[in-house]
Amino acid sequence: MIAAAALIAGIIVGLILRPTVPTWLEPYLPIAVVAALDAVFGGVRARLDGVFDAKVFVVSFISNVLVAALIVYLGDKLGVGSQLSTAVVVVLGIRIFGNAAAIRRRVFNA
Amino acid sequence: MSEETTDASTAAAPKPHPGRWRPHAVRIAAGAIAVLLLGLLGFAIAVQVHANSRSDNLANLREDDLIGILDDQNNRAERLRQEIADLENTLRRLQDSGDRSAAARQQALQEEQALGVLLGTVPATGQGVVVTITDPKHKLAAEDLLAVVEELRGAGAEAIQFATVRVSTDTAFTEVDGSVAVDSTTLRPPYQILAIGDRTTLDTALNIPGGVGATVRAAGGSLEVSEQLKITISRTRSLPTPKYASPSGH
Repeated sequence: MIAAAALIAGIIVGLILRPTVPTWLEPYLPIAVVAALDAVFGGVRARLDGVFDAKVFVVSFISNVLVAALIVYLGDKLGVGSQLSTAVVVVLGIRIFGNAAAIRRRVFNA
Repeated sequence: MSEETTDASTAAAPKPHPGRWRPHAVRIAAGAIAVLLLGLLGFAIAVQVHANSRSDNLANLREDDLIGILDDQNNRAERLRQEIADLENTLRRLQDSGDRSAAARQQALQEEQALGVLLGTVPATGQGVVVTITDPKHKLAAEDLLAVVEELRGAGAEAIQFATVRVSTDTAFTEVDGSVAVDSTTLRPPYQILAIGDRTTLDTALNIPGGVGATVRAAGGSLEVSEQLKITISRTRSLPTPKYASPSGH
């Protein structure tokens, strides 16, 4: 589909260009990527359930990324940066696993 | 408001949307943005993986982690500095003991050389005298020749060679078949003696009035002393091993 193609195209462009990450962005990029992945998994699940809405997907994607970055930034300022970052990653991981389980049930009926 | 909710079959039909955007256009736009975001996500994944694959990841860490790493490295540096100090101490100690043992070995070597010269186990060289004793009438006895050797010893001779025999602590002058024998080597006159020591003292000692020189001359022979600047005594003997005496170990 177009979505998968866009994802793969983005990966290829990233591999070709190999840009260096700006310093101010470096602590947030991994968290943002995981948050975006959570949104993508949610979108795939919605698609398989037949309730996918592009608008919902876009909004959840952007808000996930922004909230995750905001929490990490706040944690750094408060001095609990690594702990909050760990917590965010854990929570996102749990949500990704939940969505992946639902996808699995839908795809394999098992 | 009731028109919109009574007919369930029209639920799928596009409803009039308040505002400027038609729902179809909204869906297209949202879809396009979604595709864009997915591309951006792929890009970000590739970039992050590449950034993380570099070996030095210190720039990515946050302050707490960096402080922890700095503490670890400081502790490690402290431990290593301590280890360096310990090893340097050990090195110094070993070098000192090495020097001492080298000095001890040096001293032992010198003592060995000196003892060898005095006992007669190594060749010796130095200033001294060459003594030639003639005995045409064969009247010189063993004790006369022994007296010559004793005189030389008393005058400070450090190494003595009598004819072909190196004189040592257990050298004996005996009489065998009318001839004098030194350590079982029979000798025939004239006798040549090499002695290393202070040549003037040795010469004087042999020629004191009433000394061995007089004895030899009274027996009809002659005693010639020739002072030399360099005498080489090449005869050696094996190391005598004591049978009865042993070190008292104090």
